[in-house]
Amino acid sequence: MARKLLLEHINVPGINTLEVYRQKGGYRAVEKALKTLTPDEVVEEVKKSGLRGRGGAGFPTGMKWSFLAKPEGVARYLVCNADESEPGTFKDRYLMTHIPHALIEGMIVASFALGAKTSYIYVRGEMMPQIRILEKAIAEAKAAGFLGKNILGTGYDLELYVQPGGGAYICGEETALLESLEGKRGNPRIKPPFPAIAGLYGCPTVVNNVESIAAVVPIINDGGDEYAKIGIGRSTGTKLISASGNLVKPGVYEIELGLPVEEFIYSDEYCGGIANGKRLKATVAGGSSVPILPANLTLKLANGDPRLMSYESLSEGGFATGTMLGSGGFIAYDEDQCIVRNTWNFSRFYHHESCGQCSPCREGTGWLEKILHRLEHGQGKMSDIDLLWDVQRKIEGNTICPLGDAASWPVASAIRHFREEFEWHVKEPIKSQTSNYGLANYAVPIEKEEVKQENL
Amino acid sequence: MSDLVKVTIDGITVEVAPGTSILNAARQIGGDIVPPAMCYYSKLEGSGGKCRTCIVKVSKGSEKDPRPMPKLVASCRTTVMDGMEVQNITSPEVLEARSGVVEILLINHPLDCPVCDQAGECDLQNLGYEHGLQKTRYEFERRTFERVDIGDKIQLHMNRCILCYRCVFTADQITNKRVHGILNRGDHSEISTYIQTAVDNDFSGNVIDVCPVGALTDKTFRFKNRVWFTKPVDAHRNCNHEKCNGKVTLWYKGEDVLRVTARKDQFGEVEEFICNTCRFDKKQTSDWVIEQPTPISDTSVVASNHYETFKPLPVIKEDLALQQANKIELEKSIKF
Amino acid sequence: MLKVEEQQPVTFSSALVASFDEIVNRYPAGKQKSALLPILHLVQAEFGWTSVPAMDKVAEYLQIEPIEVYEVASFYTMYFLQPKGKYVLEVCRTGPCCLVGAEKIMNHIENKLGVKEGEVTPDGLFSWRGVECLAACGFAPVLQIGPEYTFYENLTEESVDKLIDDLKNKQI
Repeated sequence: MARKLLLEHINVPGINTLEVYRQKGGYRAVEKALKTLTPDEVVEEVKKSGLRGRGGAGFPTGMKWSFLAKPEGVARYLVCNADESEPGTFKDRYLMTHIPHALIEGMIVASFALGAKTSYIYVRGEMMPQIRILEKAIAEAKAAGFLGKNILGTGYDLELYVQPGGGAYICGEETALLESLEGKRGNPRIKPPFPAIAGLYGCPTVVNNVESIAAVVPIINDGGDEYAKIGIGRSTGTKLISASGNLVKPGVYEIELGLPVEEFIYSDEYCGGIANGKRLKATVAGGSSVPILPANLTLKLANGDPRLMSYESLSEGGFATGTMLGSGGFIAYDEDQCIVRNTWNFSRFYHHESCGQCSPCREGTGWLEKILHRLEHGQGKMSDIDLLWDVQRKIEGNTICPLGDAASWPVASAIRHFREEFEWHVKEPIKSQTSNYGLANYAVPIEKEEVKQENL
Repeated sequence: MSDLVKVTIDGITVEVAPGTSILNAARQIGGDIVPPAMCYYSKLEGSGGKCRTCIVKVSKGSEKDPRPMPKLVASCRTTVMDGMEVQNITSPEVLEARSGVVEILLINHPLDCPVCDQAGECDLQNLGYEHGLQKTRYEFERRTFERVDIGDKIQLHMNRCILCYRCVFTADQITNKRVHGILNRGDHSEISTYIQTAVDNDFSGNVIDVCPVGALTDKTFRFKNRVWFTKPVDAHRNCNHEKCNGKVTLWYKGEDVLRVTARKDQFGEVEEFICNTCRFDKKQTSDWVIEQPTPISDTSVVASNHYETFKPLPVIKEDLALQQANKIELEKSIKF
Repeated sequence: MLKVEEQQPVTFSSALVASFDEIVNRYPAGKQKSALLPILHLVQAEFGWTSVPAMDKVAEYLQIEPIEVYEVASFYTMYFLQPKGKYVLEVCRTGPCCLVGAEKIMNHIENKLGVKEGEVTPDGLFSWRGVECLAACGFAPVLQIGPEYTFYENLTEESVDKLIDDLKNKQI
C-alpha cells in the first residue's frame, strides 16, 4: 500500500468532526507551528517539501509564499481556492466533504506563516453542502480555541470565513477569484501586478488550492524533508487524483507521485481497469484543459518507457506526445467513445465559461464550438479541421488569462492525435451519427527503443 | 535626466519615464510603429488589456534580465523596463496574431459600414482595412441584439460593440453616476442598463466620443451625412458647466453644424471631455467662436474631400515621358 | 431589457437583514460589496429567483449602484433572473458525465416533466437545465437541486423517476 498523507483516515467514522479528527492526530500541526516555529520557519519547511500547487499550474507553493510582499501596516490575506470546476476534477469536494478539518488546519498554519489575520475559503456556490460542512467545522475549531483571538495562547489572531461563489468556472483563476470575492464580475485581472503584491482589496495576497493547503499539515507534522522523500524527482509528495469516465472504480485516489499510469488505471488498488470489459482508447490526464492522449501514449512515453503519474513524466515529449498533470483530473475513454463529440463538449464548456473580457477568447471559443458542433453532427467539411487548428492557434497565448489556452489545447491535441477520426466524420456523415470510429490504432503498444550496446 | 529608461521599439530607441507602458512609449516615437488600441484610453484609468489588438513581442525583457517574454503582450498594459527591446510591425508573429484578433473581432460584427454613422472614423474599420481578410471564414449566424435608445440623444447599437469597456469607465470616472454596464458573460456580454432607464447626466454624451466603433452614436447626427463629406472646424464657447471648458470640433456641411464632438488628438483620443449642452444643444455657428479648420491627417478619409487632389505641374503637361510616369494620378485628377 | 413595471416590490424580513449584517461583518470596513454574492444567494433562497426590485434593495443595502448588482447577477449562472419552478433540476452536461449517460438522463427528464430546458411545468413545481461541470465526475451522472444544492449521484432513469415522484409527493 502506498503512503496516504491526506486520506489516511478517510474511512474513520466521524472524521468530519473535530473530536475524531483530534483523536487521529489532528491539529498537531497548528500546535507545532504556532508554539514552536516562526512564520519564516513554516515557509522554509514548505519550501523544503517541494510541494507544488495542486490546483493545476504546479507552481512551487513555498516559493509563492516567499514572494508575498510584506509592507508595514498593510493587511495580508490568504485565500483558499475551492472553486473546483475543471471538468474531471472533484478531489477538493471529496476532501472538504469528508475531512473538512484538514483544510481548516492547513489554513491556520498557512495563515500563520503568511501573517494573515483574516483568511477566506472561496468555495464554488454549487457546493452549498460543503459550505455548510466547512462553516460547522470552523465553528467547532473556533470553540476549541484554534481560531479567533489569541490562538492556543500564542497571541496569534485569525478569523476564517467561507465565501460562496455564484457559478463561474473562471473564478478558479486566482485574480478572477479575487474579483469575485470583492463582489464583482469574475473578470481575470491583467497582470502584473500579481496578487502577491496587490491582491484582495489591493493588499498582498496568496491564493492556494484546497489540496495544497491541506498538504501543509503533513509537511509541518513530519517536516519538509520527510515529505520531499515521497514521490519522484521534482514531483514530491502525494497527489489526489480524481478518476472518472469509463473506469471500473472511478473516485478519488491518493497516489505517491511517480506511480506508473498503467498501474493507476488497471490495478485493483486504484481504478481497476476499464469498465464493462472494454479497452482504453484515450485519456485526459489532468482535467479537461490538458491535451488528450491516445491510449498508447498514455501508458508509454514516445521512447517506449512507461509513463508515470508525475509532473515531469506526464509532460514528457511536450505537446507532441505528452500532456500535463494539471489538477489531477484523470478521465478515461473506452473504445466506444467519440473523440469529436468529446472535443465539442469541452469546447461548449469553454465557450459557456469564457468571461467575455478579451476578444480572442470571447469570440473564438464560440467559433470553435460551432465548427465542432457541425463536424460532430455530420455537416462538417474537410477544411473545417484546418480551420479549427487555425482558430485555436489564434486564441492560444493571446488572451488575458489561461482560459484561452485551456480552450485551445483540447482542440489542438484532439486534432493532433485523432485527425483520422475527424476526417471520418466528414467522409461518413451518416454513419458517424449512428456508430463510432472505434479504437482504431490508438492502443497499439509503443515498443521500447532498442538499447544500443556499445561494448559488444 | 538619468532616471529615464531606454526602450527600443522596432529598432527605434526612445527614453521615457519609468512606469510608461510600451504603447505610450511607442506613441512618443509616433508613426507606423504605434500599435493600434481599441480598448486602451489614456484618460480612463483601468482601461486596456482587453481587445488584444495592441499586442507586441518583447524580444528582450530588460538590460538586467534579457530573456524575451514567453508570450506576446498587450503593449498598453505592459510597463517598459530599461533596455527592453520590442517588436511591433517588424515581427511577422505580431502581425499574424493581430490579424487573428481582427478576424475574431469581425466574426460577429454586422459589417454594416455603409449604414453606420461611425464609418470613416471607425477604429475597427481602419484595422479591418489594414489587417483583415478579404472575406470571412465564419459561416454561422451572427450574434444580434436589439437596437436601443439610451436616453433621447444616444443610440446603442450593440451588434457593433467590441466590449472595450471604455464607455463603462467613462460613466464611472467622468460622469457622476453609472446606470449602464456589462451584463451577462462570454459572447453574450452586452452593454445595457438592464432595466429601461435612460443614461441621463450632463456628461453622458462623452461615451459617443470614446466608443471606438459605431456602437454608441449621436442620435442628433444619425444619418445626417457621411463624416468625409463634413468639414471639421475647431471652435469654443464660454461654457458655464464647471467641468467643461467648451473646446470642441464642429462638423460642418455647408453652412450647417451637423454635429459637435470633443477635440481629438492624433491617436483618436478626446483632448478634453465636453458637456451635453455643448454637444447636443449648440448647433448654430453663432453659438461658437471659430478658431481654425481642424488639422486632419492627410491619410484620413475625412481629408479626401478637403485637400486638393493631384494638380499636375505645367512641366508634366508638356513632357510625354512625365505624363506616362504620372498616368494614374493624371487619370484620377481628370475624373475629379 | 426588462420592463421594470412587470415586477412586484419586495420587502426583506428583519431576520434576512440580520443575516446580511452578519455577512458584511466578515469583510474590512468599506468593503461591504464583497457580501454581494452571498447575499444574492440568500435573496434567491427566500424568493425563488432574483428579481429587479430585490436586486435594487440589495444595492440600497450595500450602498452601491443597482447596475453593479445587475452586472454581477447576470455574470454568474446560479442567479435566476427569471422565475423558475420550485425545484430546479440542474443536470451536469460536461464531458465526464456524458461518458456515462448524462445526455440520456437529460432526455429522460425532459420527457418525464414534459417541458423543455429552462421552462416551468404547468404546476409550477419543476424546471430543469443542463449545467456545466459540477465537480462530481467520479459519481456521474449527477444533478443538483437548490437552494441548498443537494446532490444526487450515479443517476439512472429509475432513480430520476423516483426523485421526481418524491419531490411531487412532498408537495401534496
